[in-house]
Amino acid sequence: MLTKRIIACMDVRDGQVVKGVQFQQLRHAGDPAELARRYNVEGIDEVVILDITATLQNRQALAQTIRAVAHEIFLPLTVGGGIRSEEDAAAAVDAGADKVSLNTAALRQPELITTLAKRYGSQAVIVAIDAKRRDGGFAVYVRSGTTDAARDGVAWAREAESRGAGEILLTSMDRDGTKSGFDCELTAAVSDAVDIPVIASGGAGAFEHFTDVFTRGHADAALAASIFHYAESSVSDLKRYLQAKGVPMRL
Amino acid sequence: MIALVDYGAGNLTSVRKALTALGADFIVPSAPDELRGARGLIVPGVGHFGTTAALDAPWRDAIGGAVRSGLPLFGICVGMQWLFDGSDEAPGVAGLGVIAGRITRLAGDAERRLKVPHVGWNSLDFRGTSRLLQGLATGAQVYFTHSYAAPITPECVASTTHANSFSSVVERDNLFGVQFHPEKSGEAGLTILRNFLETCR
Repeated sequence: MLTKRIIACMDVRDGQVVKGVQFQQLRHAGDPAELARRYNVEGIDEVVILDITATLQNRQALAQTIRAVAHEIFLPLTVGGGIRSEEDAAAAVDAGADKVSLNTAALRQPELITTLAKRYGSQAVIVAIDAKRRDGGFAVYVRSGTTDAARDGVAWAREAESRGAGEILLTSMDRDGTKSGFDCELTAAVSDAVDIPVIASGGAGAFEHFTDVFTRGHADAALAASIFHYAESSVSDLKRYLQAKGVPMRL
Repeated sequence: MIALVDYGAGNLTSVRKALTALGADFIVPSAPDELRGARGLIVPGVGHFGTTAALDAPWRDAIGGAVRSGLPLFGICVGMQWLFDGSDEAPGVAGLGVIAGRITRLAGDAERRLKVPHVGWNSLDFRGTSRLLQGLATGAQVYFTHSYAAPITPECVASTTHANSFSSVVERDNLFGVQFHPEKSGEAGLTILRNFLETCR
């Protein structure tokens, strides 16, 4: 049976993990390769590197980070943040990314989804959607959540799929950073509208939040950052918990 | 020395990385005659079956000849599919045809929320003895990402079940193929790659 995936996200700036590193884990703080190694031992299913600065001068630092992380793990590795062109994607792939995640660029130039899907295959192209509840629907925001894209989240997910995206990485802006649980209604609305897998993100704060998003939220995978940095919330503990709750896991 | 056949389909970085980590001596030949001297061949592949059209007559002759002479051949994902006669994904493109059968689109199941593409970790149900799977036990989990799959033929040594069952590992004499990505399947995947490298010694 196809298992549900647990994905660890590392927000990276200048080669350092900058978000979600808790004081309990100071000796791990900051080093993406070291974190990736730990996650791998704990049984993480995939790793995402998100370049949160995404400026030109950071591109080389990012490539180095991708190489260092890729060296540690033989798992699917996704890179996102500031991928605006085929060249940006190629640089990430050449450094060791298996998938690239497009956000703002996918909305600005949706043909980039198709270009990358043709070059690398759809399985290598993730479209990231940041959505916020509004007027009974889900509004899409871009530029790190600062700009209203004037698009409906469900419709945009469908379009991304039709243009060649292989997965949707769906972040609830309402829940992001709150640790109050994933937005299961948002996740289910998108997951039910597309045939490609949907990765739920934003709001993970407790193990039961993952059970919810895999059952009520119809998520195919769940992504979290800071929860995994707590010593008491190891990936292996989470996966054993979910398996016991009837959510199929790779153990 | 192993030859990793690059026919321009997608990204070989992960496969190269895994081979390097396993200490394999490998080349990426740019022409079919560079296969000479290889102790084994790997045909990787991601994406669309149509990309295998780049393996034109000279490549097919060289690879087919190598296989007939007993050289171990390992097909990964689309590379495994290419060992069969052809695929519904690209009806005009012939496979190598060394395993009888045709690649067909996976079925989904809306009621059970089983989507196509089949993306993620799923288990191998062993169906016989296998050199490729030595050191692993039935139920081992590996990483898949595909929409088309091979039927269960006599060469199938492990199957996997999504909405339906399909061949996830095939093996016959010097022919080996896996539908999943061993280079992205953690320790289980490295074991499988190592087992293939062993058969090339």
